[in-house]
Amino acid sequence: MSTVAESTVAALLVLGALFVLLGSIGLARLPDFLTRLHGPTKATTLGVGALLLASAIFFSTGANTGISLHELAILFFLFITAPVTAHLLAKAALHRQASGGEGDQRARSGDQQVARGERGECEREAPQASATLSAQREQ
Amino acid sequence: MLNTAVEIAFVLIGAALALSLYRLLRGPDTTDRIVALDTLGINAIALLVLFGIDQASTAYFEIALLVALLGFVATVALCKFLLRGDIIE
Repeated sequence: MSTVAESTVAALLVLGALFVLLGSIGLARLPDFLTRLHGPTKATTLGVGALLLASAIFFSTGANTGISLHELAILFFLFITAPVTAHLLAKAALHRQASGGEGDQRARSGDQQVARGERGECEREAPQASATLSAQREQ
Repeated sequence: MLNTAVEIAFVLIGAALALSLYRLLRGPDTTDRIVALDTLGINAIALLVLFGIDQASTAYFEIALLVALLGFVATVALCKFLLRGDIIE
């Protein structure tokens, strides 16, 4: 394996792993559901894409075999399915918000939390928020 | 150089798995947990590919492809259940 191929593989590996980590940081840290959906669907797909490309180069420039195409099958499949899952998840979330229920109340209290600049405590304060709402309605 | 890069990538992807697990356990809504599960699956594919490079073995591609297929079907089934209350109507 030549030095050029080895350094390309190494760079792609670190870059891909960084993007995967970025996607997961977005998933863990962003404030509400649709932003949390947006993080991993883009960044993680790009990260896994870079890793699979690194793998393809690594096994194509190895000692014994020819060009390795298994990775491209996985890559193709992931690139097709990522938008489909993102679309379905967004649809399911909107459906839950529109049809009321606990998902709706949590989403609303989450928005209020964000507006006040307090993030991450949505579920703990959700009962209080809904109690205040119903108290306002009774008045 | 390649060994160092593989080790760095292992650490980064391990951290990504931990963050996805945090979101999976924490919620707060069902859809959040589904996204976390999907991301966990994609991170697992990344880890498998990395294992393949680390051990110079091509046996991991089939596993990665299977994990990708099952993750996609699982996510679609869960979304469908949330949307319609049923998976196969």
